[in-house]
Amino acid sequence: MPPTTSHSPQPDLYEPISGPSLTAGQLPRGAAPLTLTVVVLAALGLWLSGWNPAACAVLGALTYTAVIYVWSRVVEGSRKATDRLVTAVVTCAFLLALLPLISVMVTVLSKGLVRFDAEFFTNSMRGVTGEGGGVYHAIIGTLIITGFAALISVPVGMLTAIYLVEYGRGKLARAITFFVDVMTGIPSIVAGLFAFALFALFFGPGVRMGIMGSIALSVLMIPVVVRSTEEMLKLVPNELREAAYALAVPKWRTILKVVLPTALAGIATGVTLAIARVMGETAPLLIAVGITSGDNFNPFDGRMATLSVFSYYQYVNPGFPPQPALDRAWAAALVLIIIVMLLNLVARLISRLFAPKTRG
Amino acid sequence: MPPRTQSPRTQRVPQRPGDRIFSGAATGAGVLILAVLAGVAAFLLVEAWPSLIAPAEDVPGGRGVIVYIWPLLFGTLISAVFALLIATPLAVAIALFVNYYAPRRVAQALGYLIDLLAAVPSIIYGLWGLNQLAPLTVEPTRWLADNLGFIPFFAGPASATGRTMLVAVIVLAVMILPIITAVVREAFRQTPRLHEEASLALGATRWEMIRMAALPFGRSSIIGASMLGLGRALGETMAVAIVLSVSGGITFNLIASANPSTIAANIALQFPESTGIAVNTLIASGLVLFAVTLLVNMAARAVINRRKEFSGAN
Repeated sequence: MPPTTSHSPQPDLYEPISGPSLTAGQLPRGAAPLTLTVVVLAALGLWLSGWNPAACAVLGALTYTAVIYVWSRVVEGSRKATDRLVTAVVTCAFLLALLPLISVMVTVLSKGLVRFDAEFFTNSMRGVTGEGGGVYHAIIGTLIITGFAALISVPVGMLTAIYLVEYGRGKLARAITFFVDVMTGIPSIVAGLFAFALFALFFGPGVRMGIMGSIALSVLMIPVVVRSTEEMLKLVPNELREAAYALAVPKWRTILKVVLPTALAGIATGVTLAIARVMGETAPLLIAVGITSGDNFNPFDGRMATLSVFSYYQYVNPGFPPQPALDRAWAAALVLIIIVMLLNLVARLISRLFAPKTRG
Repeated sequence: MPPRTQSPRTQRVPQRPGDRIFSGAATGAGVLILAVLAGVAAFLLVEAWPSLIAPAEDVPGGRGVIVYIWPLLFGTLISAVFALLIATPLAVAIALFVNYYAPRRVAQALGYLIDLLAAVPSIIYGLWGLNQLAPLTVEPTRWLADNLGFIPFFAGPASATGRTMLVAVIVLAVMILPIITAVVREAFRQTPRLHEEASLALGATRWEMIRMAALPFGRSSIIGASMLGLGRALGETMAVAIVLSVSGGITFNLIASANPSTIAANIALQFPESTGIAVNTLIASGLVLFAVTLLVNMAARAVINRRKEFSGAN
């Protein structure tokens, strides 16, 4: 095809197909990045000249959106302008959602690192009123209570998932699926109240035990384990099961030796994420376990300390002078968030490293 | 296992003891879950009962259990609904960004970043809201009270500490954002690829493709997801308990220092120091919260499941 933009010596021959250029009615290629750069530079300038950084960011985002919309509307028409407007708005929404994440991380790190010393990790709070003290007892308490919760939830959750995928038909299976979904939405404090109400019937109203916390946490954890295990079992190809049946392997051995090992990496990921989720819970432990200042590592006897509840009480009842307690609260929060993030990381690694090779 | 040649071919599969034990255990676990859910309701009812039949003056506040719970329920609903109003549009926009706008290579990582928001324990959101967010809102709320004071939500006088319903609402919105985003992203991921490509091939811009192919497909998921978020916001405890400065009473004013508490936060604040009938009253309020979240969650699941059956994907 002849170039439509250049004028040819015989205009009559090419007249019918010569028209506006193919790229007419479009913004130049670098229009959006160019506008963005200019706006960012202008916002930086305003910030350096003493404006509030938040105001600069908001003003910059608004200016960019307005400029690109008007420019595109003039050159490209309303449809493409709307498209560019939505692109800008959606990107801003994403960046806006990252702000709290960054702010939370920076705050917890900067305030928590103040008390990140050896004493903090090796001492309990027994007899400590002002400075010093540590969270040794709370770390162990959190691990024990979460461990017992996992010990209850993992078998129950996995067996339920096996029932739903391998055995369940009809009304009961549908009811279980539905109520497991509903159970994921139980407020954590209601789980705490449930554990308290259960034990108060037998032991009287003043009862506080570590195992109560474990039961409250497992109410929250079981549905998560069921859902993730169920998803993973559904991914196991039916051919594997049929091959096992064809070799006269009983159903239960097929499930134990063929289905579960295939799905194991995914199940482990799901369980780890579920543990990470309940480990950060505060409200049920506040109700069911309470707090203590000394070491108590027996979950069947009296109050225990946990990181989240420790952090809460240090913050709301700091005593005098308040600063050491506030530092301890932030440091405990930092320890908690590090453990939770580590578990998340471990979960991703498990699913990355131990996933069954489906191809090749 | 030796082959048993003598058994006729038409005989049914033999029921081995291992099979029976295993399927029994699996079924038992499933039934146990239903029993636990029923048990939650039953035990709460048993422990709440004394406060329901107690004379009105014995209940904290001295005017009966309904008068005690109603303002808390109001605070719970208003905080959750406003959090939802902020979080839902943001979550849909984020899901659109991750699924359609972000560069393919980094999209997964960006989605993971949003999931990280869900991994932060709620107590940390509470401390963060009180320490970082609340002071930031003092100036803007003062401006709101001065200039938009005719709107009941901004009637003022603005709180000097920032421990207002507005901050609680924003913290709640941040906390439910990842949950809504996850469900909406999943729905967009299942949008039939051919619908998307067909609309692009017909000359639609990206936004027109989203409006005509993705959004109609994901609509019921968005509704269901926001109701899940509502359920989570209704039950959120520690962040509200730490952030909000409560005084009881019913007010729509979002920026004053006197705010209605929420059921969950009230339980967390009062429970450790309560004895006798006060404990039963708190459990009664917990029962109300359980009933409300159960209804919201059941409705949400029903909406989401309906889409699975009648979607255009199959």
